[in-house]
Amino acid sequence: MAATSKPTVGFVQTLNRRPLVKYLFWFGIAVALVLLGWIFNGLKGGFFEFPLENWVNIGVDWLIIKLAVVFDSIKLITQIVLNNLERFLLWLPWWVVLIAIILIAWRLASVRVAIFSGAAMYFIGTLGLWELCMSTLALIATAVLISIVLGIPIGILSARSDRVDNVVRPVLDAMQTMPAFVYLIPALMFFGIGKVPGVIATVIFAVPPAVRLTNLGIRQVPGDLVEAAHTFGSTGFQLLLKVQIPLALPSIMAGVNQTIMLSLSMVVLAAMIAAGGLGREVIMALGQVDIGRGFVAGTAIVLVAMILDRITQSLGKKRKMSTL
Amino acid sequence: MSDNKSPRGKISCRNVWKIFGPDPQSALSLIKDGMTKEKVLEETGHVIAVRDVSFDVNEGEVFVIMGLSGSGKSTIVRCLNRLIEPTKGQILVDDIDLATMDEDALREARRHKISMVFQHFALFPHRTVLDNVAYGLEVQGMHKAERRKKAMDVLDLVGLKGWETNYPHELSGGMQQRVGLARALAVDPEILLMDEAFSALDPLIRRQMQDEFLNLITEVHKTIVFITHDLSEALKMGERIAIMKDGEIVQVGTPEEIVVVPADEYVEEFVRDVPRSKVVPVRNIMKEPAVTLYSWQGPKVALMEMKQNNANYAFILDPGRRLRGVVTADEAKQAIKEGVARLSKMVKGNALQIGPDQPIEEVIPLAATTDNPVAVVDEDERLIGEVPRTELLIGMTGEGNNNGGDK
Repeated sequence: MAATSKPTVGFVQTLNRRPLVKYLFWFGIAVALVLLGWIFNGLKGGFFEFPLENWVNIGVDWLIIKLAVVFDSIKLITQIVLNNLERFLLWLPWWVVLIAIILIAWRLASVRVAIFSGAAMYFIGTLGLWELCMSTLALIATAVLISIVLGIPIGILSARSDRVDNVVRPVLDAMQTMPAFVYLIPALMFFGIGKVPGVIATVIFAVPPAVRLTNLGIRQVPGDLVEAAHTFGSTGFQLLLKVQIPLALPSIMAGVNQTIMLSLSMVVLAAMIAAGGLGREVIMALGQVDIGRGFVAGTAIVLVAMILDRITQSLGKKRKMSTL
Repeated sequence: MSDNKSPRGKISCRNVWKIFGPDPQSALSLIKDGMTKEKVLEETGHVIAVRDVSFDVNEGEVFVIMGLSGSGKSTIVRCLNRLIEPTKGQILVDDIDLATMDEDALREARRHKISMVFQHFALFPHRTVLDNVAYGLEVQGMHKAERRKKAMDVLDLVGLKGWETNYPHELSGGMQQRVGLARALAVDPEILLMDEAFSALDPLIRRQMQDEFLNLITEVHKTIVFITHDLSEALKMGERIAIMKDGEIVQVGTPEEIVVVPADEYVEEFVRDVPRSKVVPVRNIMKEPAVTLYSWQGPKVALMEMKQNNANYAFILDPGRRLRGVVTADEAKQAIKEGVARLSKMVKGNALQIGPDQPIEEVIPLAATTDNPVAVVDEDERLIGEVPRTELLIGMTGEGNNNGGDK
């Protein structure tokens, strides 16, 4: 009599309620997979041979043809952002950029970071790498921008729904552990040679921490604060904007910081598919076994990394101070 | 399963169940088929937190739900604003069922009708005290200037003026809970849920907050559901108390009923150490005044009446039976010598006046400070009885009043 009032008895509920059905369900899926492998290859040796390699090749080929419009538009947008940013940075006189960086470091971090950033940038200029450095900055900025725009909303979604989290988590694991060369090649096929596949490959590598730390930060907001927000009749959006995001901000900023650092480490790799910038110098030096040139370019990358790290790190810390 | 036709209060919980687990409905039917709670937990992993709870809270009353940890009291209070979804049952607020409300209606109810104070304050650490208090108004969409002004008024009410720009972590525990209280009051709700609101405070601060809260609610008319695990707090705050055990309500009653007639051994065990005098009102031990006289009568009559009744004082009333004062036998003799005609001319001393509902315990220290007789008067100062000093002592020890209330 009581149970009839339940509005929905979905498939998942049925699975949960009847363990036998649950085991049969998964067993059935496993059998189906094995049978599929059998149909494609027949039984060879001890293993069922699984034609994953062929499938991926077929899939990628199919995607390239069918989704050309999608990839072209992604390419176009990324290109516009990237090129304009790079052109703008190179159009500005070097001292304007330098002063801007010092000001940003001073306002967001501290005087010490500002002095360090100014000196480091000037040093890069004296090494004759200013243009390449600007091009690298533009590449990183574009990649980080895309990573944040994608990563933070996905992080928020996976914090609010365990189901989304269960799907997103293994994807992130794959993105972080899959050797970068593996997706550099399809990126090349989808977007052609140049800077755009470099940006895309960088995003794939750099987006996971933004997602993970946003997720973590929102999940770590104490339960009673979420309860309090609900108690006063907050909408889901109000809860997010007024309580969860402000409290998760230190964690989100740590994620952004990690994203920036990871995208810098992709600079050299992306240069292999002609993404340019400081990475190109390293690749060239590698080809010519020019130790000095390689060292100089490497030093410049390290310095850029340190500047970006110090600025973004202290940003997260500063927020933390005011929230605690 | 009380009858559904009884007059409903502001809040009316009807047969509310809450079962935690993957499939509460199936566990519910198992329970209804007679399986025990322990067996359900063992076999299906479902926890029965609230079991068929029904109670009514009257408008403007302080209703205390008391129980030890794990008794389901925090769960039931969260069912009242659906922070926890009840598995089954009705939560009627002004006769509208909250349990079946859609999201929008529920949000409206939470915004305007029901608000809550939390055990560990649950203040937003990134907001100033003022913005914390204004939160409820902010989510309603009220403009900044207006909500800040309202929030300031409420902060003033809880005695936190001057702290509005501070952050919660800069305040002491007691002050933080005042902010919590102010935040709940700012939206001017009809119902206030207090979830162990004072339990996290030091004993001294707790007592102070209890007193202030009792004062405050005489000013703001609210229906209050107060959760506590502390019996003395329950007895102090509650007009009625519900005692919960293992997800069920074992007794609902006034503090006096709970202490004097506990429903079962569990409640009896609980209230064993509570002195009766703490909850038994004076009404139960008062006697008919021995000698009452009207102010127009004379001292001779007074002396005669006193002698007849073997008393050495008399209460003097005006025509409306309002207590005017006390005359002792000695004073009457003196007045006769001086030739005073009417008692109204010679009333000097007065009686200690107390209300019929004051607990005996409160009266004892008052009585100890004076030699005057103790008169029980109603709201209009009409004399309705007196408490002989011997009765006070008996009341203090709690003997012989078990069947009180029929005087």
